[in-house]
Amino acid sequence: MIEFRGVTKRFPDGTVAVDSLDLTVDAGKITVFVGPSGCGKTTSLRMINRMIEPSGGTILIDGQDSMSSDAADLRRGIGYVIQQAGLFPHRTILDNIATVPLLLGWSKADARKRAAELMETVGLVPEMAKRYPVQLSGGQQQRVGVARALAADPPILLMDEPFSAVDPVVRESLQDELLRLQAELGKTIVFVTHDIDEAVKLGDKVAVFRTGGVLAQYDEPGYLLARPADDFVDGFVGRDRGYRGLGFLPAEGLPVGELRTVPVGASPEAVREAAHDGWALVVDDGGHPQGWVRVNADGSAGTDGLVAGGSLYDTEADSLRGALDAALSSPSGFGVAVDGSGVVVGSISADDVLAALATSRREDSAA
Amino acid sequence: MNWGWISQNLASILSRLGEHLILALLPVLIGLVIAVPLGWLANRSRVARAVLVPAAGLLYTIPSLALFIVLPLILGTQILNPLNVVIALAIYTMALLVRSIADALAAVPGMVVAAATAMGYRPARRFAQVELPLSVPVLVAGLRVAMVTNISLVAVGAVIGIGGLGFFFTDGFLRGNTVEILTGIVLIVIVALIFDALLVKAGKVATPWVGAGEKRGAR
Repeated sequence: MIEFRGVTKRFPDGTVAVDSLDLTVDAGKITVFVGPSGCGKTTSLRMINRMIEPSGGTILIDGQDSMSSDAADLRRGIGYVIQQAGLFPHRTILDNIATVPLLLGWSKADARKRAAELMETVGLVPEMAKRYPVQLSGGQQQRVGVARALAADPPILLMDEPFSAVDPVVRESLQDELLRLQAELGKTIVFVTHDIDEAVKLGDKVAVFRTGGVLAQYDEPGYLLARPADDFVDGFVGRDRGYRGLGFLPAEGLPVGELRTVPVGASPEAVREAAHDGWALVVDDGGHPQGWVRVNADGSAGTDGLVAGGSLYDTEADSLRGALDAALSSPSGFGVAVDGSGVVVGSISADDVLAALATSRREDSAA
Repeated sequence: MNWGWISQNLASILSRLGEHLILALLPVLIGLVIAVPLGWLANRSRVARAVLVPAAGLLYTIPSLALFIVLPLILGTQILNPLNVVIALAIYTMALLVRSIADALAAVPGMVVAAATAMGYRPARRFAQVELPLSVPVLVAGLRVAMVTNISLVAVGAVIGIGGLGFFFTDGFLRGNTVEILTGIVLIVIVALIFDALLVKAGKVATPWVGAGEKRGAR
């Protein structure tokens, strides 16, 4: 657990980067600091491992004042993932990862053994061990950065805009990877980003900072989207927050309607027979959706040209957002609901999702 | 031309060659050892840089012959003491490298230094294990200039009687022996080329990460 108590950072030129911050970072959770540039989010992060020293207030790490121990010792016990990875260009991937264990006095053999394990943990192939950072892609470098931060198995991980320099596709896979790792490791992670979508996706809790180093709101992401504290947070959280907020509402109890399907190569009669509002879903032998066929105005069914389906609603994992998107993106207007293995179990309509949302709101205000 | 002079004086040539190498290379080592902390200081503090870099530039402009003659007066050494030449050349090397090292250290990406600090490096170890190794490519470039300059400057010492292969210039000039002069020139050029190549090779071995990125594209 990390506690900020009235923490202020005033730079020598008089700028106040962080203004009496009070905030508690929960142990074993991901806490995201988000805000526009100049809001003090990075300064706040860097005060935790004393890369920047606070000018007022105290930071307690598991109840201990961060100023009470030697800065270098403190840092060796806190993992740090820096922007653009910040790898040591003159060291191989293996030796980059082995850095902190070596600083802690491990033998070279032990440190390298641990580094090799971590390469596997973050999904790097062993052949990369002997390469230099310049030989890796941005996404791979970022994985090395995470492995290096985890090498001495620190309970706390600080991540300073770690995924900002990679392209959106790679960023998304790195985010998924981080969530997967966190499910295994349960570290106390403080993650800084300027990207609200990233904050909402990764954070168990999100702290929104406003310019001048003031905490604007500190809440769970679903709450942040549903109830921004003020106009600043509302504006920062951005467009489509209502839609994005659906991502935090479970879809349990959402009614799944009957959906009749036809096999690949079904006769026009069979398609007409199964069609609902002029559309029928085609599935393969295993029951996996292949696409839609449309019954034409003259009654013939165009089995030769399948219309690609929309997103699928996974009844075992998705939120209301997934359900609504399945309905909205389906050419027929019926969202395709599948089970965990991708087999069609029924249909979902946008109306049902909206009804479920209304129910959840009623329960929320009653609670 | 009396080419036979070479075979008749082989022993003398070899001993002058040995002297030349020591007089040229020892100062490179001494200059480097002094320049590293000064370069570190110049990179660390603005004031130190404002003093050290121009001062080093100024030292470098002193003519070598003048320095060879003035040094015994300052150091109290005998005019024929080889130490005069070694110290003078060490000063040139140091003057040249202070700037190289300061620039090389300044060119180490801030992100890398910050990452090292965040991993828990203390300043001295960070300098030795991160900043200095990363400045090796620029350092080697500076060393090459210093070393080749030294190899040629040693010959100037012949005027005050300690000049390694430079002795063959003054001696050959007095005797009107062209072969002797040519021998000196050719050997100095060869020595300079060989040691420059060795330094380039050593630099490559010491910095295996430089150019590593190009291999990926080639495959």
